[in-house]
Amino acid sequence: MTMTTQRRSRPTAAPPPRHRQGWARRLRQDWWIYLFLLPTLLGYGAYTVYPLLASWWFAFLDWPGFASAGTFIGIENFARLIGDDLFWNAFRNSLVFLVFAVPLRVGLALALAIVLNRRKTPFKGFFRTLFFLPVVTTGAIVGVVFTLLLDASGPVSLSMVASGLLDSPANFAANAGTSLYAGIAVWVWKWLGITLVYWLAALQTIPQGVHEAAVIDGAGSWAEFRHVTMPLLVPFLVIITLIDTVAAFNVFDLMQTLTGGGPSFSSEVIEIFIFRTAFQATVPQLGYASAAAVLFGLLTVVLAIVQALGIRWARRRIGPS
Amino acid sequence: MTRLRRPSPGQVVTVVLLAVLGGLWVYPFAWLVSASLKSSPEIFGKGLDLMPDEPAWENYARAWTEVGFATYFVNTTIITLGTVLLVVVRSALAGYVLGRYDFIGKKLLVGLFLVTFFLPEGYSIIPVTQLTDQLRLLNTHAGVILGLGAGGQIASTLLYAGYFRRLPKELEETARLDGAGPFTVFFRVMLPLAWPITATVVILTFLYAWNVYLLPLVFTLSDPGLRTLAVGMTVFVGERGTDWSGMAAAAVISLVPVIAIFVVLQRKFVDSIAGAVKQ
Repeated sequence: MTMTTQRRSRPTAAPPPRHRQGWARRLRQDWWIYLFLLPTLLGYGAYTVYPLLASWWFAFLDWPGFASAGTFIGIENFARLIGDDLFWNAFRNSLVFLVFAVPLRVGLALALAIVLNRRKTPFKGFFRTLFFLPVVTTGAIVGVVFTLLLDASGPVSLSMVASGLLDSPANFAANAGTSLYAGIAVWVWKWLGITLVYWLAALQTIPQGVHEAAVIDGAGSWAEFRHVTMPLLVPFLVIITLIDTVAAFNVFDLMQTLTGGGPSFSSEVIEIFIFRTAFQATVPQLGYASAAAVLFGLLTVVLAIVQALGIRWARRRIGPS
Repeated sequence: MTRLRRPSPGQVVTVVLLAVLGGLWVYPFAWLVSASLKSSPEIFGKGLDLMPDEPAWENYARAWTEVGFATYFVNTTIITLGTVLLVVVRSALAGYVLGRYDFIGKKLLVGLFLVTFFLPEGYSIIPVTQLTDQLRLLNTHAGVILGLGAGGQIASTLLYAGYFRRLPKELEETARLDGAGPFTVFFRVMLPLAWPITATVVILTFLYAWNVYLLPLVFTLSDPGLRTLAVGMTVFVGERGTDWSGMAAAAVISLVPVIAIFVVLQRKFVDSIAGAVKQ
């Protein structure tokens, strides 16, 4: 690292190279650095690192509320979770959500980005703004508003009946067979714009020369996309999918307000399960909810590792060309 | 490059498809505004007609005064401003030393940041609530602000670090020769130079804090007077199940500030997000 030498290059003194100084001396000399870091160290320690560790401790407790003390019960919470159909239901719903919503959001945004990145496409800025609009809105409010839009006598149902897509009015958010998918549709609607911006940023890293060379070689639009653009986008695909996957885990606000996890738990995702068990039950089960959170956290870690390996693989594949 | 005089068929198809899709994206907003100006029976009685018979502005008055959205608005503003301030100050300070200096523990800190980068909100809500309870900050604005701004926010710190790393070192050295200490250098020289990143961090944090739901919901479960707009909105639905038009007006009140700011700063918004991703 060159930072050390930068800092040492003051003309006043000529202290010995830093690696020969003792730790204590370095710490004493850098006191102001740690002072600068203090707010972050305190806040980060208390609100990020501590919860990370505390969740694991809480998961082994029978703990009926913040006011009372928990009792250590070993792995009982985990054993109970494994036999809890509602937990697995929430787990499955979260996975279904990921499997449908993430590819839809990533793929649709890519298609749009390609169209909006072409020089010939008119009103590009206008459409980009349009698709971005829901991104800045409040998820919880979007959820509430869509309960009305999706109501059996609301515009979605009415227009589908009018166009012959539906025989009779239906409320997709209040139907056990469709509630989760209604949530997926609204989530994709809300967040598509931000993924679109990620993709536009990615497309702009492709040098224009690559495109021109392909045109000169007589490549058509599809051939150019397939053989030139797509391979260059693979690393971005992995990164954007990772970002959107984690975003899909934070779907609580939208789902809670759109369906509340219902009807009859049909759209209850893991975060709603945790919230319900910890804060909405008549007797809060904080230990049990923590155990669910810990398992949930493990799932995200596994996914992140898979994705990280994917990124490395993608980089290696792209590297030589 | 050849410039076409008239749009090609391909262009027309593209624009039509984009317009249809774009219609799906603005329709909910148009419907919401229309619903906020209708009477409750009119919302579902008029089919797909967006125009209200006679704009019912009293819906807004009702949401603002009777249901308490004036209070929720103030709460949201206080919490958002507090969170933005906290995040800017702590990320700028930490980003400065992380970006420009080597110190013992740096690798450990950066490693921790990376490990926790993608931690979902639902994972930490129980310990964060418990901690806030022990600090006796549950049901206070300060508790919510700390909960939102004290942990996480790694992206902001890294944005500052990346920016400070690229600034030429001469700037600092000149100030140092004049006898300025690290604090003077930072606040007088470095922080003002970093205003583009500060703008980005302000925008991203503002968006996050204005829209966040889970933490303010949990932190204000027992004090309705502290609800934010997002939380008040959903409770409103529960308490007044049938007042659809009042609810629509409340939704408009909650969304207007953030959309207005977006429309004014849209270029910066979009660039901030794109820039943050490229980092």
